Amino acid sequence: MNAIAAHSTIHPLWLRLTHWLNATAVLLLVASGWRIYNATQFFDFAIPRGITLGGWLGGALQWHFAAMWLLFANGILYLLINLFSGRLRRQFFPIMPRQVLRDLGAALRGKLAHADPRHYNSVQRLAYVFVMVDSVVLVLSGLVLWKSVQFPLLRELVGGYEAARRVHFFAMAGLCGFIVVHVVMVALVPRTLLAMLRGR
Amino acid sequence: MLADAIGRIAQPSRRAFVQRSLTLGGLTLLTGCAPDNQESIDAALTGISRFNDRVQGLLFDPTRLAPTYPDFMIAQPFPFNAYYGEEEIREVDGDSWRLELSGMIADRKPWTLAQLRALPQQSQVTRHICVEGWSAIGKWGGVPFSHFLRRVGADLSAKYVGFKCADDYFTSIDMATALHPQTLMALSYNDQTLPPRYGFPMKLRMPTKLGYKNPKHIQAIFVTNTYPGGYWEDQGYNWFGGS
Repeated sequence: MNAIAAHSTIHPLWLRLTHWLNATAVLLLVASGWRIYNATQFFDFAIPRGITLGGWLGGALQWHFAAMWLLFANGILYLLINLFSGRLRRQFFPIMPRQVLRDLGAALRGKLAHADPRHYNSVQRLAYVFVMVDSVVLVLSGLVLWKSVQFPLLRELVGGYEAARRVHFFAMAGLCGFIVVHVVMVALVPRTLLAMLRGR
Repeated sequence: MLADAIGRIAQPSRRAFVQRSLTLGGLTLLTGCAPDNQESIDAALTGISRFNDRVQGLLFDPTRLAPTYPDFMIAQPFPFNAYYGEEEIREVDGDSWRLELSGMIADRKPWTLAQLRALPQQSQVTRHICVEGWSAIGKWGGVPFSHFLRRVGADLSAKYVGFKCADDYFTSIDMATALHPQTLMALSYNDQTLPPRYGFPMKLRMPTKLGYKNPKHIQAIFVTNTYPGGYWEDQGYNWFGGS
């Protein structure tokens, strides 16, 4: 690879790999999680069966507890490389409230420039940092649901076993909200999908 | 914003792009769900489930206690739960009932209900967590299982303790959980004789395990090193099932 090609790389290979592994894990976890939610709904609605994974509760739990390892390992890898390569600080910070409001206003009027995929605007920074924090909350509240006796400190921080179910649910909803916006943006700017597939 | 976005996607080139992406995604999903793959997928999921058994065994701290609650938090009524409906609750005759022992146990003579009641008793107000997600707090009293296992000379280095029940249910647990200080041979609920709906004459109560690991109407206990499985476990629920 020559210097110019290297320079034009937007997403390095490790980032593309962790992104797609993450997308797979999240798809499996959300779809199987919806089937698990249906076993004892705590809101007035059930998730339509057709978009859930696992067929029955036992199957959904098997998928959920298999995909959690993928999310866990991949998430740790992603966060560690981000942290130690300096990418986290470089790409996502600082996030300035005033800038966020301005960019958000521009985005809502359809005037936010998405010209350089190497550089994230304030709304993107906020959204990506949100989804990282949200995923950590998802994993920790899931850990409380899975092992509420073994992790007492975490259990009390989340507010107990029953509260952990709600926290886990709302963190899932937040993640789904992010995914909807994320996918709409990809549809609007197809170049970003190509960049996430081939790196440039 | 969404309307604007849809408008933009409606442009021919973008629409073609979205369509192709969706088709590609659909094909990928189809290959993953082909019926001839189902067996290998199930085998892989079962393999990971057994791996999760081992991880949970390592995470399990035999001295860590489940939280206990004040009496006013006890669920009223405490839910009934079994693999059959409430109209099929098994009625066991307490007078003729004998607890049978087998496997790696030194003293295998059967126990009467009166003999079990004469052993040291303990009570706990703990949370029962169902694999379906709901939970309820209840009050159980009975004999600490570790006391009973020592008393009958069970081999405490064995891997599994299995249970056969009068309602044809069966399950098994790891020895570490069997010896946990909160694992009870429950003879009472809410300071009353254990009612049939909660497993008369005796159930195993473990606040460190999910509901389906807590067998009711226990008739026989055995200690073994051979994996015994269980009613729900054999159908795909995780064997360790600990919380």
